[in-house]
Amino acid sequence: MEYFLTEDQKTMQNLARRIAEERILPVRAELDEKEEFPWEIIKDLADSDMFRVFIPEQYDGLGGGCLDLCLVVEELSRACSAVAVSYAAVDLGIIPLLDYGTEEQKQKYLPDVAAGKRLAAFALTEPTAGSDASAIRTTAEKVAGGYVLNGTKQFITNGGEAEIYTVIALTDRTKGARGASALIVEKDTPGFSFGKKEKKMGIRASATRELIFQNCLVPEENIIAREGMGFIIAMKLFDKSRPGIGAQAIGVAQGALEAAVDYARERIQFGHPIISLQAVQHMLADMATQVEAARALVYAAARMVDSGARNVSEESAMAKVFASDVAMKVTTDAVQILGGAGYMRDYPAEKMMRDAKITQIYEGTNQVLRNVIALELRKRKGKRA
Amino acid sequence: MGIRIDLDKCTGCGTCIMYCPFDLIDLVDQKAQVKEGCNLCGACRDACSYDAIIIEAEPQPTDTGDSHQGIWVFAEQRDGKIKSVAYELLSKGRELADTLNTELCAVCFGHDLGEVEELIAHGADKVYLADDPALASNQEDLYTGELVRLVREYRPEIVLAGATSLGRSFIPRVAAILKTGLTADCTGLEIDTEKRLLLQTRPTFGGNVMATIICQAKRPQMSTVRPRVFKKGAPGNNRKGEIIKVDFKKERITSRTRLLNFVEDLTERVKLEDADIIVSGGRGLGKPENFSLIEGLAKVMGAAVGSSRPPVDEGWIPYSHQVGQTGKTVCPRLYIACGISGAVQHLAGMQTSDTIVAINSDPGAPIFEVATYGIVGDLFEVVPLLTEKLKG
Amino acid sequence: MNVIVCLKQVPGTTKVTIDPQTNTLVRQGIESITNPFDTYALEEGVRLRERYGGKVTAISMGPPQADTMLKDAISVGADDTALICDSALAGSDTWATAYVLARAAGEINEYDLIICGRQTLDGDTGQVGPEMAEMLGIPFIAYVSKIEEIENGRMQVQRMVEDGYETIETTLPAVITVVKEINVPRLPSLRGLARARSASIPVWKAEELGIDKNMVGLSGSATRVIRIFYPQRVSQAQIFEGSMEDKVDSLVEKLREAKLI
Repeated sequence: MEYFLTEDQKTMQNLARRIAEERILPVRAELDEKEEFPWEIIKDLADSDMFRVFIPEQYDGLGGGCLDLCLVVEELSRACSAVAVSYAAVDLGIIPLLDYGTEEQKQKYLPDVAAGKRLAAFALTEPTAGSDASAIRTTAEKVAGGYVLNGTKQFITNGGEAEIYTVIALTDRTKGARGASALIVEKDTPGFSFGKKEKKMGIRASATRELIFQNCLVPEENIIAREGMGFIIAMKLFDKSRPGIGAQAIGVAQGALEAAVDYARERIQFGHPIISLQAVQHMLADMATQVEAARALVYAAARMVDSGARNVSEESAMAKVFASDVAMKVTTDAVQILGGAGYMRDYPAEKMMRDAKITQIYEGTNQVLRNVIALELRKRKGKRA
Repeated sequence: MGIRIDLDKCTGCGTCIMYCPFDLIDLVDQKAQVKEGCNLCGACRDACSYDAIIIEAEPQPTDTGDSHQGIWVFAEQRDGKIKSVAYELLSKGRELADTLNTELCAVCFGHDLGEVEELIAHGADKVYLADDPALASNQEDLYTGELVRLVREYRPEIVLAGATSLGRSFIPRVAAILKTGLTADCTGLEIDTEKRLLLQTRPTFGGNVMATIICQAKRPQMSTVRPRVFKKGAPGNNRKGEIIKVDFKKERITSRTRLLNFVEDLTERVKLEDADIIVSGGRGLGKPENFSLIEGLAKVMGAAVGSSRPPVDEGWIPYSHQVGQTGKTVCPRLYIACGISGAVQHLAGMQTSDTIVAINSDPGAPIFEVATYGIVGDLFEVVPLLTEKLKG
Repeated sequence: MNVIVCLKQVPGTTKVTIDPQTNTLVRQGIESITNPFDTYALEEGVRLRERYGGKVTAISMGPPQADTMLKDAISVGADDTALICDSALAGSDTWATAYVLARAAGEINEYDLIICGRQTLDGDTGQVGPEMAEMLGIPFIAYVSKIEEIENGRMQVQRMVEDGYETIETTLPAVITVVKEINVPRLPSLRGLARARSASIPVWKAEELGIDKNMVGLSGSATRVIRIFYPQRVSQAQIFEGSMEDKVDSLVEKLREAKLI
């Protein structure tokens, strides 16, 4: 389907595809097997200016928006979701800076991120606070010269590999959600350490770790906006970043669809390629339609984000929910079409199915997001504006 | 001057379009039209049934022929030992010299060389020997300068050298200084006796297309030839010849490069070039560990281990084992290709082997086109089975 | 450290096959590509600039469509380019090509190193580099696999030979040819692609470079192709039949008969 991308967007898309095919494809199975963080590919992405896509020009970026990021993430994810999320999570880590940071903070951190020299990450989730984000317990106590952090963050993407962390912590425990603030914490700050690397079902090359803060002193100038803004920053962040997860989902779904079509054309049973069987054809047709619908929704939501619209919660949530559900269905169907081979690790389908699952869970579980969508519907009392 | 289409004769059949190796002919208004960039190779002219393609070149004056006489072979050496390619070229050179009724000379640079008489035994009428400590290792600046000086003094009509890394490095420099033509990597040399010209045939496009080249006016006509393309003949121990000691003076030549050291690749237990039997592995092996299958079979047969390019590119085995266009040319008595598809670039390096055995699961693999014997099957089954059978 | 890199646009031969019936070259719309070995040369030039500063100029002698190749060179880091394009040059052999490129290098004038790929996919000669060196009167090293260091106008390199490698030191300026073991060519960058899109490639004619037309083109070339043919390949292989065991047994028998084992 034609999405009327600009020349620049097509260039970006093509380059991301080249990187995916030439650098990611040959090593994705090995990275998954060894659960190795893809540093070499990160370097390739950096050298190709891919980290500049989501940074404004005045900070050495190329000034791209949400749709540009989605185009890149989708292409990378088509080859390997783990690499795609390692890349996308960097954007997640710096959107708070972009939207709420001071000029000094932006100058200090963004150029290095644009050059791909330093990776970023976002830390909200804790053992007691997943969907119930307001139940976080990590504190940031105001002291002379800064804030002292104590607590643990859980399941943080790029944890341990990134150097710049945007952490949501409670500056005022008495105020509940209104008492949270966003702070920038750099790796190697005394009192900041990492837990072990998690062993995951999928996106295994992506690094997921606990962040441990023990009397970690963070300088005063590292707070983003002001105290109490933490949750607003986080909610606004997710509204902007969810299309990116949607892109990750359609990427893996696209990869799975292509693998299924290729296999169905070659696999001969009962004297014919299985693609000549109507049952298989209908499955493939449904898969292709779903992927296209998801893509159209993700791109539309991304364009809305780029337009600067004030409230994109509903569309952003829809894009993520729909695309991730499609990804899970399409990758599962792909395994089914590959049959026995689909179950074997020598074939790419099973990895894609394992990789797809997380998109239904993180950055807001699909259950929570359905609540978000319903809330918007309730607010409107069912009538379109 | 150049190429033109006789529009009256051209029928627009399009045959020339199919034959152009460079995709430079279009059909415009039902007539052939040649695009810019044509290098006048003549493939289209030869293919045209209507003689509609005309290539005109200004006639080049042919050299009088009297001022240049003799065929020279540059005899390469390493560490005092003359390389096999020198003898191979002397064999062929002897043939060419006899056809032209002229003398065959070997040119040798080195220090304390052992077997100079062998060069005469293999066909040389004369050996121009420059013996000096400065020439012991392959200092290309000195070799270039000295060969130019000798060619200018003695004026041979043909100079041949091995297309080794040394040959392909310094011979072009000699040709450039002498302002003469050089054809690299020849696989065929013949004489056009009428015109007293050397016909030099070589592969292009990785071996897909063969070209025959002449150097009409300039002298000497120079060619480099791949090792093991021609066969080293038997020495004739009764042959007589002259060894002429050349007056080499290092100071005559400015050298701006210095060879600091040479590190040998010792992973080759049996040297590929000298092996009677070679067992090679290709992309079909799948992963580096599987080269152990190839090594196992090679050990049982006392063979050397070779490789096509993909495993070398992947880092599964060092470059010194690579057989092919950008690797080594080999000509063993027996070449066993396992999991090698037979791309032209690989064939270029081994197709003259006496007996070729191909083991590949794809019955359509091009390797079967040059093989003497073939087994269509999974190499992971065939190779161990073959190894077993040969052990017993 | 100013570097000149010589590039050639060649047909992408991976799609070339021989039709067994007519014995002709079957082309499925051959696209033109940068000679693969030249991409390693260009990458090395860009790496040297990153290490030592200076400029990388990519030059090519070719038809008008070679400008797309030079734009690709910009997208991976070349600072300047030049295309020497003139119908008088058609049919040039390696000597003539080296002469033209040497004149172009002379025009650029300030350079420390000229890098070429070890050979082209279509010509396979590897002669242009060394011939250029002699014409410019500068040193030459072939098959460089690593540039170890550059200091005070001297360069030390590692270069591959059949049975290992040699370490060679040379004065600069010099000409080298490189092998693919030297580096891994980078992919373009977004900024590079943008620069390439808006770049205009300078085209130089033979006259501007003071090229003597008698020394180039078909009539100026010492060598010329008089015949092109396609190697005959008739399959006469004996393919063994039967079970895997049978096949291997037959092979062993044949090899024993021929006294090969």
